[in-house]
Amino acid sequence: MSLILTSMCILPLLASVLILILPPVIGKSLSLISSAITLILTVTLVSHGGVVESLYGWLRVDSLSLVFILTVSLLYFLTVLFSIGYVRESRNRWTNTKYAKIFFSGINFFCWAMLMAPSVSSLALVWVAIEITTVISALLVALDDTDGASEAAWKYVLIASMGLGIALFATILLYYAGASVLGNTYDLYFPQLLTVAHKLSPVIVRLAFVLAVVGFGTKVGFVPVHTWLPDAHSEAPTPVSTLLSGALLAVSFYAIMRYFQVAIVATGPAFPRNVLLAFGLASLALAALYLASQRDLKRLLAYSSIEHMGILAIGMSFSAPIAVIGVLLHVLAHALAKGSAFFGAGTLVKKFGTKNINRIRAGVSRLPVSGPLFVLSILALSAFPPFGIFRSEFLIVLGGFKSNASFVTIVLVLLITVAFLGFSRHGNQVMFSPPLEGGDVTKGEVSYWMTTAMVLALLGLVVLGIHPPQQVSTLLTAAARELSVKR
Amino acid sequence: MNILSSVPSEYLGLSSALAVLVLLTEFAMLRVQFSRSQVKLYAIQSAIVTVLAVFIAVERDIPGLFIVAIISLILKVIAIPKIVMRLLDQTKVELVSSHRISVPSMILLALLLGAVGMFVIDRLPFHSHSLPTSGLSVSMAVILVSFLLVIFRSDVVSQAVGFFSLENGVSMASLVVAAGLPLVVETAFFFDLLVAVVVFGVLMRVHHQRTSTLSTEGLNRLRG
Repeated sequence: MSLILTSMCILPLLASVLILILPPVIGKSLSLISSAITLILTVTLVSHGGVVESLYGWLRVDSLSLVFILTVSLLYFLTVLFSIGYVRESRNRWTNTKYAKIFFSGINFFCWAMLMAPSVSSLALVWVAIEITTVISALLVALDDTDGASEAAWKYVLIASMGLGIALFATILLYYAGASVLGNTYDLYFPQLLTVAHKLSPVIVRLAFVLAVVGFGTKVGFVPVHTWLPDAHSEAPTPVSTLLSGALLAVSFYAIMRYFQVAIVATGPAFPRNVLLAFGLASLALAALYLASQRDLKRLLAYSSIEHMGILAIGMSFSAPIAVIGVLLHVLAHALAKGSAFFGAGTLVKKFGTKNINRIRAGVSRLPVSGPLFVLSILALSAFPPFGIFRSEFLIVLGGFKSNASFVTIVLVLLITVAFLGFSRHGNQVMFSPPLEGGDVTKGEVSYWMTTAMVLALLGLVVLGIHPPQQVSTLLTAAARELSVKR
Repeated sequence: MNILSSVPSEYLGLSSALAVLVLLTEFAMLRVQFSRSQVKLYAIQSAIVTVLAVFIAVERDIPGLFIVAIISLILKVIAIPKIVMRLLDQTKVELVSSHRISVPSMILLALLLGAVGMFVIDRLPFHSHSLPTSGLSVSMAVILVSFLLVIFRSDVVSQAVGFFSLENGVSMASLVVAAGLPLVVETAFFFDLLVAVVVFGVLMRVHHQRTSTLSTEGLNRLRG
């Protein structure tokens, strides 16, 4: 198993380097092979279960990290599939081959960094991996070489790096808290930190936790440190937006979960839960309101990501274990739903040549396959059955009532409903209103690679919604147990 | 107070003075007009942090810190300023002023923020074996003031230097409370900083190509 873990942590990096040095034709097939094998390796790790270590303990996955690794690998595979169609249709200043080369190399590297963050065993290296995801994705955001893209990339790299600067401070404070118990030579190896968590100074851990939530929360997109997110998501090439939204936000959330794990033991569960509740409510409320007033299709989906990150944070504030299972399922389901929605949006944007919601009409009849699929994605994101998000939000709401947090739960449901109203209004307009005078386009799909990626993502969501595989349920339960208070 | 009894007072005094110098360079960065002076100030600030690391390595006998100091010297005192300076040479733009608010109000704000940072940290139960804990309060002030630099200066160089000096603040904090941080981890941090600098450089260049300026005043298309 440790060999599998090591190969999973090398393969995408290797693919990225090979794509850069080998002839450009190889980019698509190599990415496809690398992402497919990574997915198979991840599934093997998931069905094996339990803790796997490798490279003298520097790599270590447990159930919690596997949830996030599975999320990233699923989206990695689907995004590569989508990208094959996307890049073929790209109109760009560069020659298409050079664009494709840099694009595919970057995508592989980005996914590698996102796979590393949950696979390393030291909190310091988690930080390092997440900072690498920032810089590489900032370059990918700038890839389309427009004014908007360069503005978004600068804002993103600056705001996210400043946030991660705070997270680095949190890392150092946690090291300090640990060093006073474990001595100076430990390397923030978190299983070690967890075993002594009850002896750590509560005041310092509290400070470290808040700084970590603000710092990593900048990358998760928690309000009020979310400002880079809609810009980067709307200006990046669509496959990059997908990875940012479905995988990167989740991976940053993973970092917060590790601090959460230490904090609930060191400071008692109330404090970290309240901190997450505050950020969660702020994010959900603001995103729900902003969703209604969007004019840009990809910004709309970006605010929907903030909404879902808010739901995750609120879910973590509930004490009932079932809510935590819901949160982890939500991470997985959100990645698939957002993936499929961004794929649909990307197809629409390619088809109509604009991101402006007011200029995209009658999508459902102009795109005979991906149009209806996009409608399904919007329903899936709005937690309609039989999709996975329905199940995960149901579990979170159930957990809320079980934790005697009825008031917060009712607010949660209300805000999700407000978000749905805004979201569905725009979706309805884009898909079903009659075509504009002079703005009409011919009927037909852009690329069947792109449609296939959507179909697969939606199928995955239906499986998660109706009957998640036994291995996934076991994984989520085990991961939720790791996030509960142990002494 | 056990530090006072166990440590020679020269060490205490000198190290505190160095820490305060780091904060002063941060204030100077807020104030200066030219991007070049700002980069030079950043190099000076990094040099002071490096000296502080060597100082602690000698006094407290932590050999790992020597290597940290060497990497810090190569990367933060030499390489990063060089990368940014080269960019400035190529762009041939001298910014006249990118202060969003007047210098006096900015300094007042910085004083206020620095004081808040110091008092907050002072109230927390930190004990350090390497430096007086007041060093941590000063680091907190550096971190907060670096945010002012990013927020109230509207050019890409100030903003990038703001981020790099934030990292200096955190480095200094780690010298106070985490002097024994394993070398592998420290090296990873440095590697990361290097990658970040390269990407900042690329994006600054992209920004300059698109807008033919280093100012960020025009970055207001994306909102809402």
